Amino acid sequence: MTKRILPLVLCVLLVLSGCTNTGKPAGGEEKGSVYWLNFKPEADTALQKIAKTYTELTGVEVKVATAAQGQYESTLTAEMDKSSAPTLFVVGTQAAVDTWGDYCYDLKGTDVYNELVTDDYTLYDENGKACSIGYAYECFGIIVNEELLDRAGYDVEDIRNFESLKQVAEDIHARAQELGFDAFTSSGLDSSSAWRFTGHLANIPLYYESVADGGWKECPPEIKGTYLDNYKAVWDLYINNSAADPRTLATPGYDAASEFANEKAVFYQNGSWEYTNLTEKLGMDADDLTMIPIYSGVPGEENSGLCNGTENCWAVNANADPADIKATLDFMYWMVTSDAGTRLMAEEFGPIPYKNAAPTPNVFLNDASEYFNEGRYNVTWTFSFTPNVEAWRAALTSALTQYCSGGSWDAVETAFVSGWATQYQAANS
Amino acid sequence: MFRKGKTNGRAYGSGVLRHPKKRYWVVFLLPTAAAFAIGFVWPFLQGIYLSFCSFVTTADAKWIGVGNYVSAFRDRGFVYSFWYTALFAVVALVLINVLAFAVAYVLTQRIKGANLFRTVFFMPNLIGGIVLGYIWSILFDGVLRWYNTSILLETWYGFWGLVILMCWQQIGYMMIIYIAGLQAVPEDMLEAARIDGASGWQTLRRVTIPNLMPSITICTFLTLTNSFKLFDQNLALTGGAPFQFKTLPDGTLSTIKTTEMLALNIYNTFYGQNSAARGTAQAKAVLFFLLVGAISIAQLRATRNKEVQQ
Repeated sequence: MTKRILPLVLCVLLVLSGCTNTGKPAGGEEKGSVYWLNFKPEADTALQKIAKTYTELTGVEVKVATAAQGQYESTLTAEMDKSSAPTLFVVGTQAAVDTWGDYCYDLKGTDVYNELVTDDYTLYDENGKACSIGYAYECFGIIVNEELLDRAGYDVEDIRNFESLKQVAEDIHARAQELGFDAFTSSGLDSSSAWRFTGHLANIPLYYESVADGGWKECPPEIKGTYLDNYKAVWDLYINNSAADPRTLATPGYDAASEFANEKAVFYQNGSWEYTNLTEKLGMDADDLTMIPIYSGVPGEENSGLCNGTENCWAVNANADPADIKATLDFMYWMVTSDAGTRLMAEEFGPIPYKNAAPTPNVFLNDASEYFNEGRYNVTWTFSFTPNVEAWRAALTSALTQYCSGGSWDAVETAFVSGWATQYQAANS
Repeated sequence: MFRKGKTNGRAYGSGVLRHPKKRYWVVFLLPTAAAFAIGFVWPFLQGIYLSFCSFVTTADAKWIGVGNYVSAFRDRGFVYSFWYTALFAVVALVLINVLAFAVAYVLTQRIKGANLFRTVFFMPNLIGGIVLGYIWSILFDGVLRWYNTSILLETWYGFWGLVILMCWQQIGYMMIIYIAGLQAVPEDMLEAARIDGASGWQTLRRVTIPNLMPSITICTFLTLTNSFKLFDQNLALTGGAPFQFKTLPDGTLSTIKTTEMLALNIYNTFYGQNSAARGTAQAKAVLFFLLVGAISIAQLRATRNKEVQQ
């Protein structure tokens, strides 16, 4: 009999030995621990630094995991199903609130919430629950290497609108051989870079259309594409005044940040989050860098500032262990109030919407404030209204690729305008 | 008097030595069975359940009935990708098997460096699908650039690109199976054929291929299911591009990703749209399973019937 039972016992032990590890860090039980699922690969270095500092100071474990580019939603879905789910995650748009609202802890009245100086970046669900709060502003525009611009015989002050931008860019492109650098970095349309154009550049026509409509409060079921000609003008300027052959933009291999850091181009459309990458990783001098608005030829654009907004909004997992929720809220509070925390946040993310915010070395965000102080209007992040954002952008990318290879602009218009209506229906059916 | 089994030591009397297979099968079977149950059976059953639910994560599923299946069938992109995948599977099945067999046949003819060739042909199989997809997209575009176009611009480029990629990757693997099969063809049968004056073609047709049927069964099964399940290479090579935009009579835009195969379509439905589409994607996945299952069983039956007993 024992001979029969023995193998069974062995097997049960074998299976059990594989199941005992629940993934919970030892010693994290009483103190609670923080697991932050970050959505921006470019911010990963900064976050790891913040997490390490906090752990050194308090002994509370902070784990930061970063989803790959464009994989945040799938990573979040998978992680949320685990027993050790993220305690801190990003819910940056109203669409994300619709999906993840049930998982969000009501932040209203928490210590960190009470530190906010503005409610502008707080996302609420339909019951008024504060699902997520902004932790950093960002801005995007055209990053300029002033040193190179100077070598080409121009100054940032020379660029006041689309006309002057075009004139400078075309002149630099024409003299690229002699200067040793071109006007724009490559406008890659592979997945690591396409979002700069289908997301951020597309914000320009979306923003002006929203303004013409009196300002969108929610996602409109249809858009008209009134400012698509301006979108086309900028896109043409990018692809025709760069060293990259437009026909090859969809193939992987272009690295605009390196081209820019290696002084291959004067202009590089990207955002304030690139600051750490450009200055620390790629070794650029912060004094050479500045950011100008994306001019597209819309009347009155001389008064426009940078595109300011944020999708960096913290949400706390309501289903997490109470000790972990507390640890997470404490960590958030530390980041926005303590000297070390606010300094790190300022260094890595720029100004934060909290009472104790420290000044930032990020030149792009300081440029943004400067434009704002000059009385220029803020180009808000209208793209956050995009329905089924990944699907809409994928179609736009495909259409832009076809256009770059000599196809007609009609496909871009269709993807932009009809694509919006289709995705709106799909998202709301 | 000694009693059998006692005096010769404990080991001799242990069940392991006397009836190894009878008693201890469970020790060897259970870990695999447990892994199979945890890693396959349970997720599979849960997947079927989820296809009738609306959910964001698997923990918060709400039963909604067959609605997901209705939306799956209404999705034009899904129907399109089914036919596209079927066409791909047929073309890949024929090409991979014919070429793999041809290579195996040549490499069993005692030519110089046969072992080196076998290794070289097998090697592409060791590279992951995503990496292959990106490398081939650079290769294809390197050529197509001269003609002012790209693999992302024409549905047929994407189709043949994927066929070439899959042939390159899979021929080596199938070749190994065919080589094993060819080496197992009884020498006496071949000799008898020679003595009877059969030509090379007759020998191949009447002796070699009938003896090779088990290899053909397994190779066609593998290529067929691999083609239907293809995902990584599809994602990395074209990602579904080019898209085709068509305005339907009711005014909505239908976007067909013209090189999107079934598995990629399911993936894109799951993550590319709002959370309501996750149930639809799950329903598509169940339909996908039924389809691949039915096709593979039909194929196995068809080729098994032709196998000969040696």
